Amino acid sequence: MKTRKSKSFSGNFITYAMVIVAFLLCELALSGVIPGFKMSRSLKGQLVPICVYIVMAVSLNLTVGISGELSLGHAGFMSVGAFSGILVSQWLLSAFPETNLELVRLLAALATGGVVAAIAGVLIGIPVLRLRGDYLAIVTLAFGEIIRNLLNCVYFSFEGANLNFSFLDPNLPGNIVINGPMGAIGVKKLASFEAGFILVLFTLVVVLNLINSRSGRAIMAIRDNRIAAESVGINVTKYRMLAFVISAALAGMAGALYGLNYSTVQAAKFKFDTSILVLVFVVLGGIGNIRGSIIAATVLTILPEMLREFGNYRMLIYAIVLIVVMLVTNNPMLKSTLDSLKGKIFKKSVKEGDKA
Amino acid sequence: MIQFLSYLVNGISLGSVYAIIALGYSMVYGIAKMLNFAHGDVIMIGAFICFSATQYLGVPALVGVLLSVAVCTVLGITIERLAYKPLRSATSLAVLITAIGMSWLLQNIALLIWGANPKSFKSVIDLGTLVLFGGQLRITSETIVTVLANIIIMIALTQFTSKTKMGKAMRAVSEDRGAAELMGINVNATISMTFAIGSGLAAIAGVLLCSAYPVLMPTTGAMPGIKAFTAAVFGGIGSIPGALVGGILLGVIEILGKAYVSTELGDALVFAVLIVVLLVKPTGLLGKKIHEKV
Repeated sequence: MKTRKSKSFSGNFITYAMVIVAFLLCELALSGVIPGFKMSRSLKGQLVPICVYIVMAVSLNLTVGISGELSLGHAGFMSVGAFSGILVSQWLLSAFPETNLELVRLLAALATGGVVAAIAGVLIGIPVLRLRGDYLAIVTLAFGEIIRNLLNCVYFSFEGANLNFSFLDPNLPGNIVINGPMGAIGVKKLASFEAGFILVLFTLVVVLNLINSRSGRAIMAIRDNRIAAESVGINVTKYRMLAFVISAALAGMAGALYGLNYSTVQAAKFKFDTSILVLVFVVLGGIGNIRGSIIAATVLTILPEMLREFGNYRMLIYAIVLIVVMLVTNNPMLKSTLDSLKGKIFKKSVKEGDKA
Repeated sequence: MIQFLSYLVNGISLGSVYAIIALGYSMVYGIAKMLNFAHGDVIMIGAFICFSATQYLGVPALVGVLLSVAVCTVLGITIERLAYKPLRSATSLAVLITAIGMSWLLQNIALLIWGANPKSFKSVIDLGTLVLFGGQLRITSETIVTVLANIIIMIALTQFTSKTKMGKAMRAVSEDRGAAELMGINVNATISMTFAIGSGLAAIAGVLLCSAYPVLMPTTGAMPGIKAFTAAVFGGIGSIPGALVGGILLGVIEILGKAYVSTELGDALVFAVLIVVLLVKPTGLLGKKIHEKV
């Protein structure tokens, strides 16, 4: 028992250390203290999205890997968080124009994004968690599309501290902030790499502590055998809901940060493809493996940028890489070949080590 | 009233296309137990092949359709052999991600060949318009052909699965793959056959879809694909009559919702109805109930 605990502790430690070291290296490259160690312009622009996608991937891993429910609508929670976060941040700006409360606005936006997405998570979770397997997946997909459609019909505007809202009717008095299909416009950017890093750390603290807690073990027991878990007195609905809502709230916070990283954000940005992209991060990183999600989200967000020189071929290469990786890691024959190859290399290095 | 009838006819026409696409999803799910997300993109490839054949090669429309069916059938079998067959024993999530990769691959191949600019698809059906009620209700020949094609395909497939040896093999594999294999059914050949039929139907659906809504680009297949998948689940995935009922209901709800509720909310309405149906009847309208064993 003791060894298991220390093992999970050292695993978590490696995860935190990896994230912190990566952050420090990026900061070093950004500051340009060491000559020659710099970051390209396009990579600089990717820093906040990378943090956002890491949080998305880790939170989806909580649903897909730890809780074992395939969710295809994770971007829906992200969009709810993005729009509510933008709304609060812009409202604070409009209500208190003299004070320059950037940090307060950012924190308020993140908190609101998380809370609103959590509420959406509860509302969606009640029907969704009654279903199982592929049916659960298709209903989360449906909810993702419904959220996107509804956000396309919402209009918000400000008159000082007054907030006007309308559904389907674009004629609003005052300064329009969220303009239906045009999305949020004139957003004051607040997101920074540092804020993204803090959010990633916050997500890791929440998710890793949850996994290693009593609740986390209950959630995994339900995933492994629902009936057995139920028979030892675990409240199945409660724990599935817990995982689903925490995952939604974290996605909402990621969405708020994402929304505040651009001056305009449209609901179309959070369509089905985005949910799928995050799912790809989770599966390629290893289902249930938090560190894997972080690495996969980072590498796969940078990869399309790195492939930019291939022009039109880049997404083609991306798709082929994805298929090949899935085949190699999941085909029993190819997998055993890969393992034996790994074994050979490993043995060799051991032998060489012996000689030395 | 006439207005309502006209919307209803449009809905049935769109629903028929959904039903044909849903068949592909449903059959593949029933037999291989996988969500084939690349199916929507096979529709797009089918439409592009027909477009290129009639536009650039100048062949007659019917030849173009047959060519696109042939190409998509081969494409479907190839995709199955290359990407899905090696993953027969893998987890369903791994197969799902591979299917998504395949979908991106097809979209990007189409992007490289035909470019990103939308092409205007010239309808392959040109038989004039049926005018009823003194010109108040106009039914295009595309609508009539689509509905007829749907009916013919449904009857043919039902006959195929209940009468022929291959069709019976398909039903056996979908019921219990292990037992079917023990009875001497070639499971791999059966699965390939399913993909062939599904992809061939996808080509027809693509041509019909683009004849009615003539904008063709590499992402054309994505949304109809998702909706048809919804239709398959709606009607009960794995069931042929389910695909028909689900597809037509979905098309009618979408068109009526867009006409009477709001254009923006048509899609939301479709998905909302799906959720309600699944909550009341978790295996879809015509799906079989599977009991969980301890």
